[in-house]
Amino acid sequence: MRTFPLGGIHPPENKLTAGSGIRQLPVPGQVNIPIYQHIGAPPKIIVERGQEVLVGQLLASGEVFISAGVHSSVSGKVVKIENVTDISGYKRTAVVINVEGDRWMDSIDRSPALVKKIKPDSQEIIQTILKMGIVGMGGATFPTHVKLSLPRGKKAEYLLVNGSECEPYLTSDNVLMMEKADEILCGATITMKALKVKRAIIGIEANKRDAIDHLRECAAKYQGIEVQELKVKYPQGGEKQLIKAVTRREVPSGALPIDVGAVVFNVSTMFAVYEAVQKNKPLFERVVTISGKYLENPGNYLVRIGTPVSALIDAAGGMPENTGKVISGGPMMGKALNSLDVPVIKGTSGVTLLSGEESRRKEMQNCIRCTRCVTVCPMGLEPYLLMALGEKEQFERMEHEKAMDCIECGSCSYICPSSRPLLDYIRLGKSEINKMRRARKK
Amino acid sequence: MNPIVLYTILSLSATGIAAALILFFIAQRFRVIEDPRIDEVEDALPAANCGGCGYPGCRNFAEACVKADSLGSLFCPVGGNDTMKRVGEILGMEAEEQDPQVAVVRCSGSYACRPRTNFYDGAASCAVASSLYAGDTGCQYGCLGHGDCVRVCDFDAIHMNPRTGLPEVIDEKCTACGACVDACPKNIIELRRRNKKDRKIFVSCINEEKGGIAKKSCSVACIGCGKCVKVCPYDAITLENFLAYIDPVKCKLCRKCVVECPTDSILEIGFPTRKPRPEEETAKEVPAPSMAGDVKAGGSTTDTGTAADSTAGTGTIDSGTVDTGTVDTGTVDTGSAGGSRDPEPQAGGQTNKEEEN
Amino acid sequence: MGIFTVSPSPHEHAGQSVSKLMYGVLLALLPAFLVSVWVFGIGALIITATAMASCMLFEFLIQKYLIKGKTTVADGSALITGALLAFCLPSNLPLWMVILGSLVAIGIGKMSFGGLGNNPFNPALVGRVFLFVSFPVQMTRWPEPLVNRFAYLDATTGATSLGLMKEGMKNGEKIAGILKEIPAYIDLFLGKIGGSTGEVAAVALLIGLVYMLARKIISWHIPVSILLTVAVFTGILWLANPEKNPDPLFHLLSGGLMLGAIFMATDYVTSPMNVRGMWIYGIMIGIITVIIRIFGSYPEGVQFAILIMNAFTPLINRYVKPRRFGEKTGNG
Repeated sequence: MRTFPLGGIHPPENKLTAGSGIRQLPVPGQVNIPIYQHIGAPPKIIVERGQEVLVGQLLASGEVFISAGVHSSVSGKVVKIENVTDISGYKRTAVVINVEGDRWMDSIDRSPALVKKIKPDSQEIIQTILKMGIVGMGGATFPTHVKLSLPRGKKAEYLLVNGSECEPYLTSDNVLMMEKADEILCGATITMKALKVKRAIIGIEANKRDAIDHLRECAAKYQGIEVQELKVKYPQGGEKQLIKAVTRREVPSGALPIDVGAVVFNVSTMFAVYEAVQKNKPLFERVVTISGKYLENPGNYLVRIGTPVSALIDAAGGMPENTGKVISGGPMMGKALNSLDVPVIKGTSGVTLLSGEESRRKEMQNCIRCTRCVTVCPMGLEPYLLMALGEKEQFERMEHEKAMDCIECGSCSYICPSSRPLLDYIRLGKSEINKMRRARKK
Repeated sequence: MNPIVLYTILSLSATGIAAALILFFIAQRFRVIEDPRIDEVEDALPAANCGGCGYPGCRNFAEACVKADSLGSLFCPVGGNDTMKRVGEILGMEAEEQDPQVAVVRCSGSYACRPRTNFYDGAASCAVASSLYAGDTGCQYGCLGHGDCVRVCDFDAIHMNPRTGLPEVIDEKCTACGACVDACPKNIIELRRRNKKDRKIFVSCINEEKGGIAKKSCSVACIGCGKCVKVCPYDAITLENFLAYIDPVKCKLCRKCVVECPTDSILEIGFPTRKPRPEEETAKEVPAPSMAGDVKAGGSTTDTGTAADSTAGTGTIDSGTVDTGTVDTGTVDTGSAGGSRDPEPQAGGQTNKEEEN
Repeated sequence: MGIFTVSPSPHEHAGQSVSKLMYGVLLALLPAFLVSVWVFGIGALIITATAMASCMLFEFLIQKYLIKGKTTVADGSALITGALLAFCLPSNLPLWMVILGSLVAIGIGKMSFGGLGNNPFNPALVGRVFLFVSFPVQMTRWPEPLVNRFAYLDATTGATSLGLMKEGMKNGEKIAGILKEIPAYIDLFLGKIGGSTGEVAAVALLIGLVYMLARKIISWHIPVSILLTVAVFTGILWLANPEKNPDPLFHLLSGGLMLGAIFMATDYVTSPMNVRGMWIYGIMIGIITVIIRIFGSYPEGVQFAILIMNAFTPLINRYVKPRRFGEKTGNG
């Protein structure tokens, strides 16, 4: 079975919701849609306070190339356009809409039938994806049309579809693959056309047997798409690790996947591409897993963007008494939330609840130089050294030691017997190195 | 004599002499001719090598002084005016007198005034916490309390008070080198002009939120009401982005603004005690927010109103009696005019409701 | 509703801890300890218990009263230092020397550098070498195996296999002749020979190695590289001149090589941090050990070889980097 060569850990999978089908979360009474849900420049708001909007209506439009638009996920009246506290605790602009009914834009095709024929050509596909506000839904939220617009001189050989879902607890990609396999494969075909490639490989970890078999069966009807089973090892879902496992090519340090001829998208993004191109539907809802050992009803829900996390938790049976941490995402790379009013955004693949005991770190001790962090690092770095350099603020040397190659997977902090906050300092180093690089360019 | 001993003495002596000759010739051949005044100037400097002058080390500063045309832009904050005068004498230049400065921490959001809205469990570093999120309180501008400023001080002049969660500067030891100013990711610490008897008047807040929101997160925040601006007879106070700022040069320490401030955000330090106002409230304890998930908090959130050490009632602390070593006495906690430092928050009920999410 | 905990990711932990690893190593040392008691009797028991207790005590006292910081004796690392120190001493060493050795091992070898994680040299070896250099006579008088079960200080003494080999080679005797005086290899394997307390039983030490590998406490690279290098180097010498040089099996089974390769060289703090570095480290230890054994004046060289390579570990860590992802560009 294919896998990536360096490092990796085996955290408990806890896929409590793997068997639960996708349920519809009822539309809340008010949504809070941040306009900055992607990497790149923030878009410009084109609606006003008091304006009535429909589901799928454009609220903010991207002004530059590396940006993405934001569409309304509900119909109703815009009550506020103001700074609302988001996941980081800082205030960011959001459009707050009081929901009235559920009226969709007429342009959206709501019929469930599969549309296989791809009418637009490569350029038109990319334009549609741009208009529909599609961003990477694996969590990175990089604007999809930018990834599809290959830089001059670079040619793509493979489309890789990331169905690994290596994070513990999360199953949103899994259930999407089970219920919407044809749509995903069609989305992949559309993307292949946009990239002008003939081969697509969907990488799925071996613990999703049902998805592998189902997708293999369906993929027979599509040209050039195969399914590759991958060994269960975290972080198989990292794009460089996925590329290495599937194509045996290593993306060099500082380079991008396109430099080895690969373009990687998440399965949810492929589904969103299908809906955008074939059904004229912008990105305003997604499947989110709500999970945790002590929840009554963990499950996978189709949620409108802007729904507060509290609504998801209520649907899962309410917050357990012993909850200590609420995480947007999975426990390895997710962000811990400060309040439950934070909305679900395009990159939210799941909400995980941890109990009080599970939430607290142990006290930090001296580094005993046991080399476990070096052994588990999937990028071949030396986290103990990067942390020591970060503590001493020697950021130039951190850059020399390839700190920028770090994918922030958290394997090092996970495995450290002395409970050292390795990743905290590596991240600090990366942000300081970015500042240094920007200063150098000037 | 035993021939071995003789040979040993001879060979070792020969080796020693040869080595000495080689070293002598190399030292002569590779001698660096330096202006002898650099050594003189370096001797006059305090040799702290703290970087406060902007140069990496005292020797580099000495070189810069010798090479410079004028001493106008060069100043050693640790040595101060006396040292610069001496340097000027050595080099035959005028040393400009500069106002001595001191580091001032512009945040009074202690555990009692500024309730914690979450428990931070990351690495104990302000830089790490600041890059993660806005902080463990409702105020995104406030002190994070992990002590990056303390770690970076070469002069042992700043310490964390565990009861308030805020750093406290020991004025006698502070040389205004600026290391703590650079270390603070929130830019809370400022170098302000040092006054007689180390007296200070400053707005102990850098919150730029609208007044109502600022007050919700911290009971001693500056709400930008502007009353201090109106009452200052020297035009020393400016208001921008809902935040007041007192210019340390224009301020004549008349203390009128301190009395006016409705949230006790302006502090006066080093002044004699005032008579207490008759309608004074006694400090009540603010209950610590309970930890989610039944985990015993590590000590940070169990701090209730520090009425005990804050001068309940009146009283300013004359900085002359500051306990320099042990932190747990926390005596530098300022007493403000007419009111205890960590009082029951004016909007007490409101703050409590905030915690009960 | 209380407040939530917020921290940077990751939010899960493997559950491994320093004390779990240390106690695992102690368990791995247990077979060697049992064999040592069987071979050397109460002497082994006394010096092992004394060394472990005094190492713990000194670490506690130094941390509490000299450094005035946290005491971390509960993590078990002092116990390991004590056990390993005892295992490389002759079991008839006077008690005060054992205690002195523990003081040097913990005080100088570990605490003076900043405690666990900061020492450049293996503390047990520092203590051992200190005793060896300060008390060469007592440190080179080993009790006879199997007959001194109830004797401690007045145990009858005899030579070790390496000692006999060194003597014989110095006198220019043929190997075949020397080997007649040395116990059979099966005895060397099982431990029925003279030597330091814990180094005699190769089989017990190998059981410990297998246990540590199974529990993933150490990786195989260092012990294998050391033993392989010794086997190859002595093999070459033996093939070149079988009359003058003993065969590799003799070298592998005698002296402190097994103990050193499995427990001393694999000490986390003093060994390199990546696989490439570990190979260099292990190979050099093997080479230096054989050089001292064959060409040096001491019969046993492992302790010095390990300490010398401990000194090189920071250099190895600095310049020998692990395989980075993307090092080989393009196709893997």
